[in-house]
Amino acid sequence: MRYTLLLYTDPADIAHMTPDDWEAEKQVYGAYIGALQEAGVFVDTDWLQPVDTATTLTLKGGSRQVQDGPFAETKETLGGYFVVEVPDLDAAMAWAERCPAAKVGKVEIRASAMGAFE
Amino acid sequence: MAARVSYGRLLAIVVKRSRDITSAEDALADAFTKALTSWPEKGVPDNPEAWLLTVARNRLTDRQRQLTRFPMENEMPDISDEAISKPNLSDDRLALLMVCSHPAISRDLHTPLMLQTVLGIDAKTIAHLFMISPTALSKRLVRAKTKIRDAGIPFEIPEPEDLPQRSTAIFEAIYAVHTHDWLEPSDDLGEEALYLANLLTTLLPDQPETFGLAALIAFGHARRSARIVEGVLVPVEEQDGSKWDQKLYAYGLRQLERAHSLGHVGRFQIEAAIQSVHLARLETGVTNWSALNKLYFALLQIAPTSGALVAHAMVTSRLFGYAAGLQALTVAEKQTGPGFQPLWAARADLLAKEGEQEAALAAYGKAISLTTETPMRRFLEARCLKAGRGTE
Repeated sequence: MRYTLLLYTDPADIAHMTPDDWEAEKQVYGAYIGALQEAGVFVDTDWLQPVDTATTLTLKGGSRQVQDGPFAETKETLGGYFVVEVPDLDAAMAWAERCPAAKVGKVEIRASAMGAFE
Repeated sequence: MAARVSYGRLLAIVVKRSRDITSAEDALADAFTKALTSWPEKGVPDNPEAWLLTVARNRLTDRQRQLTRFPMENEMPDISDEAISKPNLSDDRLALLMVCSHPAISRDLHTPLMLQTVLGIDAKTIAHLFMISPTALSKRLVRAKTKIRDAGIPFEIPEPEDLPQRSTAIFEAIYAVHTHDWLEPSDDLGEEALYLANLLTTLLPDQPETFGLAALIAFGHARRSARIVEGVLVPVEEQDGSKWDQKLYAYGLRQLERAHSLGHVGRFQIEAAIQSVHLARLETGVTNWSALNKLYFALLQIAPTSGALVAHAMVTSRLFGYAAGLQALTVAEKQTGPGFQPLWAARADLLAKEGEQEAALAAYGKAISLTTETPMRRFLEARCLKAGRGTE
């Protein structure tokens, strides 16, 4: 089954990163990606720009409304995700536990709904 | 190792006076930098540690002057000349360890703080070793040190009545260094764990668990060369005993004896005793499963962890048959939950031995899906293949 791990972290934790910080960050996440690939469960990942660059758009209510910022203000925000292909939720949880974001933020695990209603 | 001994010792002395880990670290870093330029030119001073302390002390005083326009004499307690010139520097590392593992500091920061202040390992390396976001860890460590300073966390040895509980926090933080699961064998922190545990035996010689922990870590570290062969994990019973470190084994046994002589059994002592039974195979040629059964029974009374439950079930299978082991695992699952990797690895092994091929393969599949460490996965994959070939 396909699962998406949504990584929620406090943007203040990674504010004002220097190129060295960025390099160290990439190394740690790189090791995690390497472990996922080694196990043959890696599908996709991305690292998102901070939430203050978010734009939220809706047509709900009949008119196009654009909001500068995220749809909801929270202390911990979506900073990136991993998509993994594993047999079940237990396995997805084992990998979420290993994720570098889990130790400083929260990892939300969601199963893919694609094909679930066919 | 010499620089490591110096670093933690010197930092503890500076922190004791400044009560501020960050400024003490900065001052000591300046002192080490200055030594790098000064010593090659002017020669290494007679007492290098005193030299470093003097420079660090001066840096702290300078900084304090910059911060306060009208410095007052007693504002920052100074490091006395006497403290510096003593041939044997005082060892304040126990107080430093107590601060790092203070109950007001988030538990997941105890180990990183210890590695940073006592061993001088930088935050980025710690983050890499423990697979934590380095930027976030650095920020959290800075905040923790600010809290230690501003909240006035005392840089002292706790009262005797609090000592056991406060010591336990230190034991657990050092144990976390020992058990941290690494992706690369080069990231193994066995040496560091052993160093800290051994240090503690000199700092906390009244606590039996100090010696239990040192023994446990020594026994684990003694098997380091036999644990992974060509990238594949080797279970303890199948390890090549000739690769075990005899000196560490002997060291562990001595520590265990010291622990027993203090007459109070604890979790780490029992876990160390369990390891010593495995290692004793080298002398006796066989594993004493009945001794292991008793030890796990005792361990489960005081520390009923999921890992111990599964290990006990495996010992049960040795003594009373695979079916009894499988039954014990079914009972264990009530506590461990169905997502516990060791449970499935154990179950797969026993099902394969029972000849339940289909169920064994399914259990191996489940165990492999829960495995995030490569050497362990390779081991399980090899076993799974073997189980699959069983009835061909």
